[in-house]
Amino acid sequence: MAKIRLATIWLGGCSGCHMSFLDLDEWLFDFAEKVDVVFSPVGSDIKDYPENVDVCLVEGAVANEENLELLREARQRTKFLISFGDCAVTANVPAMRNMLGGSEPVLKRCYLELGDEHPQLPNFPGIVPELLDRVRPVHEMVEVDMYIPGCPPDANRIRKAIAPLLEGQTPDMTGRDMIKFG
Amino acid sequence: MSVKTLTIDGVPIAIEEGTTVLEAARQNGVHIPTLCHLEGISDVGACRLCLVEINGSPKLQPACVTEVAEGMNIRTNTETLQDYRRTIVELLFAEGNHVCAVCVANGHCELQDLAIEVGMDHSRLPYRFPEREIDVSHDRFGIDHNRCVLCTRCVRVCDEIEGAHVWDVAYRGAALKVVTGLNQPWGAVDACTSCGKCVDACPTGAIFRKGSTVAEMERDRDRLEFIVNARKDHQWTR
Ligand code: SF4
Ligand code: SF4
Ligand code: SF4
Ligand code: FES
Repeated sequence: MAKIRLATIWLGGCSGCHMSFLDLDEWLFDFAEKVDVVFSPVGSDIKDYPENVDVCLVEGAVANEENLELLREARQRTKFLISFGDCAVTANVPAMRNMLGGSEPVLKRCYLELGDEHPQLPNFPGIVPELLDRVRPVHEMVEVDMYIPGCPPDANRIRKAIAPLLEGQTPDMTGRDMIKFG
Repeated sequence: MSVKTLTIDGVPIAIEEGTTVLEAARQNGVHIPTLCHLEGISDVGACRLCLVEINGSPKLQPACVTEVAEGMNIRTNTETLQDYRRTIVELLFAEGNHVCAVCVANGHCELQDLAIEVGMDHSRLPYRFPEREIDVSHDRFGIDHNRCVLCTRCVRVCDEIEGAHVWDVAYRGAALKVVTGLNQPWGAVDACTSCGKCVDACPTGAIFRKGSTVAEMERDRDRLEFIVNARKDHQWTR
């Protein structure tokens, strides 16, 4: 049987969900027999999101232009997209800036008011991505096929959610083990 | 005392007149999710999680404020109800700012428990991200309006059990919030006895003890029920 083409992407998140994924320890060996990691910040060194991806785990909220672009590309080229962790599912901590009234007051506070030596707003079009005015959860921007909440979801939850997928089954995402936030 | 006969989820029961549908269900081992209901204080039907279907009524009825009646045929767990309950929980999450990862109540929160119970793995409704305040002017406690679900349990417990009536509800619509005193900083309200009953009553991380950190805030829910029973039945130990 052909291996499953797996990608993971990292948007506005702390990488904790990816770290939790690595916490799967030796199960990762079994996992590696069934999947090819075709794109991932922790599992490959490929720069462009490939075509024909079977499953993609999306960590992080959609916080800037680059996040949005990568997410749209991933959605377009992926069969099954998983919103992975609270930042992806609820926008979580990154979205706490939404309550401060958009990106401008936040940038001003960080880079001008608290800037020590040369207070200036970051501005390198094409290099430093613009912040979106609002941080949003993944499913508010593209269609999502499955949700794994948790901040981060622990390794057991990740395993119980993705192991059935490898066998072509849908996991039972119910109960405290599978859907707790935070 | 007269007795009413009715059915809950097809099971015939007989129960004292004046009992609420919620009480009747619980006494017969039927679980109905609730949020604004708290044993020991009055019911106000604020959260609508306890909605049930009653034959002959086109509307769904809140079990906590509906009294049993002769011949009622009540259903507590239909697909419609499950769907509405999940939507209500999603509304509560989308309406405030629930960042469980950095909340004192994480892991000990009735709203979170409800999300798990109704199978909410994400909110289909867009988050509002309202700007809300935090008041930490009280020596020992604080209120974070970002986490408040407006169940008014604090209002009722303070009025009905402590007798201090520090809490009230002010404003309307999206601006609605609980206030202390006449919307004074909590620490400035002389009527507050610092008993902490509101802290025990709050289902979420909204009212907390100062110094509690993320996921550390556990409450003694039975304390309030104990006080009420103790007064009624003169049982002063537990
Ligand atoms: S009160 Fe706290 S733990 Fe409960 S749902 Fe809100 S943020 Fe999460
Ligand atoms: S501490 Fe007691 S008196 Fe003060 S507001 Fe809370 S319930 Fe009321
Ligand atoms: S502060 Fe707590 S108890 Fe009071 S209304 Fe809000 S959620 Fe309910
Ligand atoms: S518990 Fe009945 S309406 Fe809230």
